[in-house]
Amino acid sequence: MDYGTFSGLYTGFLIVIFIGIIAWAYSNKRKSSFDEAANLVFADDEKFANKPSADNKNAGANL
Amino acid sequence: MTSHIETQPDYNYAVVRQFTVMTIIWGIVGMSLGVLIAAQLIWPALNFETPWLTYSRLRPLHTNAVIFAFGVCALMATSFYVVQRTCQTRLFGGPLAQVVFWGWQLVILLAAITLPMGYTTSKEYAELEWPIDILIAVVWVMYAVVFFGTVVKRKTSHIYVANWFFGAFIITVAVLHIVNSAAVPVAMMKSYSVYAGAVDAMVQWWYGHNAVGFLLTAGFLGMMYYFVPKQAGRPVYSYRLSIVHFWALTSVYIWAGPHHLHYTALPDWAQSLGMVMSLILFAPSWGGMINGIMTLSGAWHKLRYDPILRFLIVSLSFYGMSTFEGPMMAIKTVNALSHYTDWTIGHVHSGALGWVAMVSIGAVYHLIPNLFGQGSMYSTKLVNVHFWLATVGTVLYIVAMWISGVMQGLMWRAVNADGTLTYSFVESLQASYPFYFVRFLGGAIFLSGMLLMAYNAYKTIVAPKGSLQPVPQPA
Repeated sequence: MDYGTFSGLYTGFLIVIFIGIIAWAYSNKRKSSFDEAANLVFADDEKFANKPSADNKNAGANL
Repeated sequence: MTSHIETQPDYNYAVVRQFTVMTIIWGIVGMSLGVLIAAQLIWPALNFETPWLTYSRLRPLHTNAVIFAFGVCALMATSFYVVQRTCQTRLFGGPLAQVVFWGWQLVILLAAITLPMGYTTSKEYAELEWPIDILIAVVWVMYAVVFFGTVVKRKTSHIYVANWFFGAFIITVAVLHIVNSAAVPVAMMKSYSVYAGAVDAMVQWWYGHNAVGFLLTAGFLGMMYYFVPKQAGRPVYSYRLSIVHFWALTSVYIWAGPHHLHYTALPDWAQSLGMVMSLILFAPSWGGMINGIMTLSGAWHKLRYDPILRFLIVSLSFYGMSTFEGPMMAIKTVNALSHYTDWTIGHVHSGALGWVAMVSIGAVYHLIPNLFGQGSMYSTKLVNVHFWLATVGTVLYIVAMWISGVMQGLMWRAVNADGTLTYSFVESLQASYPFYFVRFLGGAIFLSGMLLMAYNAYKTIVAPKGSLQPVPQPA
């Protein structure tokens, strides 16, 4: 195989990988899991802020 | 956002506080050096006839100070903060984080001593000599151990996207630094690169452009992916887009380096490859910008009340601007005009001041109250003043350099009918003088904002705990 054929095949291989990543990222199966991941930014605030406010004195006040 | 801090897991905030404070201090030092050397270009007597204070030695000190002291301290502060909070666990490695902090400060101190003394490898952004390079590699590996160790022992099932960007930045910078700094030492402070000729140039700009791509882009995108959603109070616009643009960005950036070597001894095919890859890079870059800015969709009104959010969002606008400009400048015919002129300096500062510094400043303003047990900064008004100083300073700087750069490019290539050059180099230099003054002014305005920030941060840190409360905002 000459170099031109090799780089052509390799480019095709990379395109398939790229399309695969897009298909994976945008599949409906992944949606809930990604939503959960996106909310990790707020997760520790909510989780730990609610602990001391079990008496619901300031629940939510700090969020 | 206030009283819950005590109830969280036992996060290691000590090291985050240290890096955050040093970010402000090194920012002021690095930018002051920039203002000084900008002034030297107008008033050369400002080198006071002292070798240590000449432009040639202070310029690398300026770039090292803003990138590796200011920028990396900001990245280490935010990555240690973000990785703990999104993995909901304390930093891995116990005292290792402190070793990273003090080790990195030692690197900065050694740079501040050796560069003015004239010790340099002459590789741009990799000027430090081999003993310091080894120290950098050791500290960097410890940084990686602390960061990835924390990711491994996380309490959450996902690794949040910000950590992917920080992770890519940490791994790639280690590889770039070690490969590019490979050298044969001939004395304590003198070494020769193991590469020669065009290969050396290619390795250097493979390193140089990926320092931009992974340190100044991927790392700060990691910062963006935490602080923009957090400050806006809503999750990132599209988590899916963040995944696609992460993989696209990390796999394409690594090939863009040759655009620094257009029309040199580098083979033509390598130059063209670098140009094409740089053009492709436009897409993933704008993916990140759109994802950040659109996080505010439906909540644009927050920009009116929150200067911290304004810093973050405007930084993304500058990021979008410079990642449009970059691919354009990588086109060979455009590069023929722009290269070696002030246009390049303008482009770099639109990224460095507008994107890197502004997103860091926004993150630091978010961090300081959270780290020091306050509900808000001492003065939100001063944050707003800082925002305008930073914006005006950046715009003055880059507009001056654009005009000066295009003018220089046109003057250098102008030829008379008989084929001789129309202008001498000195004539183009004289024409640049007014723009050098505007650049100096823009830089000084940007620096004055940093001084305000230092004052504001000091007042926030020394205020009695919990005494500063956020001003209620209209919903």
